[in-house]
Amino acid sequence: MVLAEDLALLRDGMIRLLDAHHIEVVAAVDNGPSLVREAVQHRPDLAIVDVRLPPSFTDEGIRAALEARQQLPDLPVLVLSQYVEQLYARELLAQGTGGVGYLLKDRVSDIAGFVDTVRRVAAGGTAMDPEVIATLLSRQGSRSPIAALTPRETEVLSLMAEGRSNAAIAAAMFVTEKAVGKHTNSIFGKLGLQQSDDDNRRVLAVLAFLESAPH
Amino acid sequence: MKGMSISTMPDPDRAQDSFPVQATHPAPSRWQLFGYCVARVIWRFLGIALIVLLAVSLATIVIWIGLVLTNISLLLLRKYAAVERRISGRILGTDIPDPHSARRKRGLAGLGERLTDPATWREMIWLLEVTTVGLALNLAAFFGYIVLPVGYWISPLLLRMDAAINRTLLEPKEAELRERISTLEGSRARSVDHSAAELRRIERDLHDGAQARLVAAGMDIGLAESLLDADPAKARELMAQARGTTRDALADLRSLVRGIHPPVLADRGLLGGIESLAIASPVSVSLDGALPGRPPAPVEAAFYFGIAEAMTNATKHSGAQTISIWLEHSDGVLHVQVVDDGVGGAVVAPGGGLAGIASRLEAFDGTLAVVSPHGGPTVVTMAARCELTPAEGVAR
Repeated sequence: MVLAEDLALLRDGMIRLLDAHHIEVVAAVDNGPSLVREAVQHRPDLAIVDVRLPPSFTDEGIRAALEARQQLPDLPVLVLSQYVEQLYARELLAQGTGGVGYLLKDRVSDIAGFVDTVRRVAAGGTAMDPEVIATLLSRQGSRSPIAALTPRETEVLSLMAEGRSNAAIAAAMFVTEKAVGKHTNSIFGKLGLQQSDDDNRRVLAVLAFLESAPH
Repeated sequence: MKGMSISTMPDPDRAQDSFPVQATHPAPSRWQLFGYCVARVIWRFLGIALIVLLAVSLATIVIWIGLVLTNISLLLLRKYAAVERRISGRILGTDIPDPHSARRKRGLAGLGERLTDPATWREMIWLLEVTTVGLALNLAAFFGYIVLPVGYWISPLLLRMDAAINRTLLEPKEAELRERISTLEGSRARSVDHSAAELRRIERDLHDGAQARLVAAGMDIGLAESLLDADPAKARELMAQARGTTRDALADLRSLVRGIHPPVLADRGLLGGIESLAIASPVSVSLDGALPGRPPAPVEAAFYFGIAEAMTNATKHSGAQTISIWLEHSDGVLHVQVVDDGVGGAVVAPGGGLAGIASRLEAFDGTLAVVSPHGGPTVVTMAARCELTPAEGVAR
């Protein structure tokens, strides 16, 4: 994978961490444009990107991630940040394809969980930070299909947004996998998502979740 | 840009340096003077029409149509005087400053303010002068130009005389300048107070939040270190606890930074900030308007927090179903309006959130007004004069 992080302290720490879990970092850069270049050159299984990067020190990382995905549409991207912004989550997911992760940097300190997320996103999954979901759930609006979901279904959807599989959701909610399957089908139905590749529908469901906010 | 080339492009870094310096213009050529003279003869007859309009408006002010008429004619008078101020300035080769006080409400709400502004009354007196003596001077200059040899010498003199009278009547008076200074002193004191209070709050938040948590995490790690051999299970538990504590410390820091300058605002400007507020809002939000560039960072932040405060009030207290935000930058002034369809009855309570925003805006000569009758709707209007700098990353 390739890594873009401008603070040497965090960059080196991340390389050590990934190395210890047999994930090879083929290129580590400290700015947005280099990330796009390296990604195109190495065609990695995953790009990990910090949001705030030189030269602009604003949302450079988001823009670099989107740019890299435009050039390599299947490139999985995991964006890390000191803050999570629903706005950026929506932009990252807007293409409607998987292989997108957006996490708070502190999640890295849960090593096992983080490595798991890295592998999941590299495999084409989606992983939204629980905080993105928490903010969305704190709204009590009734103006979207999301409002039609039962509390149980909303819970399933937020776990889905974090990128968990049906089995993992079942374990977290202390129910059977079959029950989770029933919930997810009901969610897809209420959000008007037709039968298709299950993975893709999961992304679209999460996107609908984020889209339930106005533009 | 190298060398000594002089650029006419507005340079945002330089704009502030040159601001306090009074601008001067090259003296107009004789042809320009002649042009001004001809245009002004017509312009001054329009002034007579304006007198009639003003007289009718003021006479009918007791009935509502008079209020509207007065408001319109005062605005016209102000524009009319502004044009004269500019042309007279050109003739004299200098700028004539605008004496109107900076407080400005839009529409009928501003009528009282306009009527009590001494500059307005001086403009009315000036209007009488300019349509009589001024008109005569101008006509004399005009006929002077027709009788060429006389006009060549006399007319420019007459025009300068007229411009000098205009300047005397139209420029700010000492009393007004003094009032302006005391307004500025007041608002400066308030913004210094405000930022001192903010710094104290930040210090306290850091001390009680992130700092305390890091100390606790350090203690846990130290204890874990000493227990590593004797009680590995306990040591592991302490390490996990320390990790949790650092996570809480980061969460504290994050919310603190959001309160100082939200990252999305820094990244995406005011529109991005509003969009982000809208996503997090439980009621539906519509945004109307555009910003062709970015206001200076402190102005942007003041507006952002003003909008955030208005939205929070609407959601928490008014039971609003929808919030509409309207935004416009025209004539160098940024206007933002937040309207909700809630129950109304909102006030700017001293020491409250909106009062804080008002004093923040005051530092840039900005204003905040709340109109919120019982039964709604609530309209929060903010305005501040600011230059926009075209910035990449705003338009997407």
